[in-house]
Amino acid sequence: MIDLTLLPDGGMHWLDASGPKGHIVLSTRIRLARNIHGFAFSQRAGDEDRLAVLERVQQAAAATPIAGGVTFRMDQLERLDRQVLHERHLVSKELAALEGESRPRVGAALVLQGPTGVMVNEEDHLRIQGMWSGFALEEAYAQLEAIDAELGRRLPFAFHPEFGYLTSCPTNAGTGLRASVLIHLPGLVLTKEIRKVLEGLTQVGLTFRGLYGEGSDVVGNFFQLSNQTTLGKSEDELLDHLGKIVRQVIEYEEQSRDVLLRTAAGTVEDKVWRAYGLLKYARSLSFEETMNLLSGVRLGAGLNLIPGLSVYTLNKLLIYTQPAHLAALEGRSLGDPELQLARANYVRRLLETEGG
Amino acid sequence: MLCDNCKERDAIINLTQVEHDSKVTLHLCEQCAQQKGVETGGAVLKSPLGNFLGAVVKGGGTAGALVPASGDALRCPACGSTLRDFRDSGRLGCDRCYVSFDTHLRDLLRRLHGSSQHVGERYAAPDAGAPDADGQLVELKEQLRRAVENENFELAADLRDRIRVLE
Repeated sequence: MIDLTLLPDGGMHWLDASGPKGHIVLSTRIRLARNIHGFAFSQRAGDEDRLAVLERVQQAAAATPIAGGVTFRMDQLERLDRQVLHERHLVSKELAALEGESRPRVGAALVLQGPTGVMVNEEDHLRIQGMWSGFALEEAYAQLEAIDAELGRRLPFAFHPEFGYLTSCPTNAGTGLRASVLIHLPGLVLTKEIRKVLEGLTQVGLTFRGLYGEGSDVVGNFFQLSNQTTLGKSEDELLDHLGKIVRQVIEYEEQSRDVLLRTAAGTVEDKVWRAYGLLKYARSLSFEETMNLLSGVRLGAGLNLIPGLSVYTLNKLLIYTQPAHLAALEGRSLGDPELQLARANYVRRLLETEGG
Repeated sequence: MLCDNCKERDAIINLTQVEHDSKVTLHLCEQCAQQKGVETGGAVLKSPLGNFLGAVVKGGGTAGALVPASGDALRCPACGSTLRDFRDSGRLGCDRCYVSFDTHLRDLLRRLHGSSQHVGERYAAPDAGAPDADGQLVELKEQLRRAVENENFELAADLRDRIRVLE
């Protein structure tokens, strides 16, 4: 078992909800896809080449802001550990090989230092990435750009004058930049405005996904908004555009919350406290139910309806009630009924100590 | 308007698809739309927050599926993968594939991103020093191609002269 407690906040600085607009935006995440010239892309490369790629990345990283980072070798970790890292949004499903019975690629690794890190031998040789609290696109990009520049000085990145940075999948070519903002939109869902907003997003070249990124369903009214294209616009243009739209979505969400409070304060308050009551006293909770209840309580915390309950506590609940985290906590794999009991237990205990 | 597919029921959905660079719009009834993998109002409402993009048109597969099969036999000399491999997996074998399958990928990138021209940060690999004559030629020819495409003939003439000098 890996000991993630050695990392401050288990590699999740963003949990503390200290960032701008933290009551609506959980986190800002950016990744840059890069490949090293002279090696086949990870999927086609042999084990030796992937190990060579990992070694070169580690050597190069020693001279960058991620020097001294911890390396997690996916091919040397148990499935449960890989799942924990995935539940913390630190590695992708592909890197952790969580699909079916697949084994992680030899050389697949995560180098992690503070809020930033590199996934090595994912779909691309390097996915330079980071996750920050709240709505913080500019700060996030500035940090990643610095790491990218240092790595690029030491590793010959695959770059083409017309197509830009070359990636395993052409959907990422060009800048290789994908920025996403994880945002909580219960107001828009309750006022039934959400579909209009989501339709609007796709029309302006953005896309949305669920909590776990590509291919995941939306649960608990959490949406990841991100740029759809990576080529034909500069990094700044992509970030500006996403930023502008996210600011607008935040505004809409705030307006819907105002409308709810003005027109249905009693109903909203009732929903919030019912959700809180269920979380605090239930003896068995499914993941989906927990997400939905947390959404209600988070709305209440954002509207200052529940005194003393911090968004930090809610963020912790979001992460630590996931299956692999509960299994790690109990020290054994859990079947469905046990898992739901363990989840309710965990939630209850945390709310007793931090629940306001 | 009647449904283009069954010609029986009223069409309530317009489905626009891009095939071989031309836009085709189908007018479909709810049943036929569902058969084609389009989720209609009723289904979307049941899970209002499902993957909306996925719900618009399902089964799009990977980016590779957007490349016509005509170039299937093309092979990248650097990594040995074929355009067929890319069509199947959606992943390219190595960075040289972008040169080996240049025409097909330029076309694909335009469809995916609306452009094939990177305008973000320029990158120079370490130890490359000043780009060698070959590298400069590739770059200049690329600029020439773009200048002609944009009908910027003054720039094109200038670029052609510089290419002649290097050659």
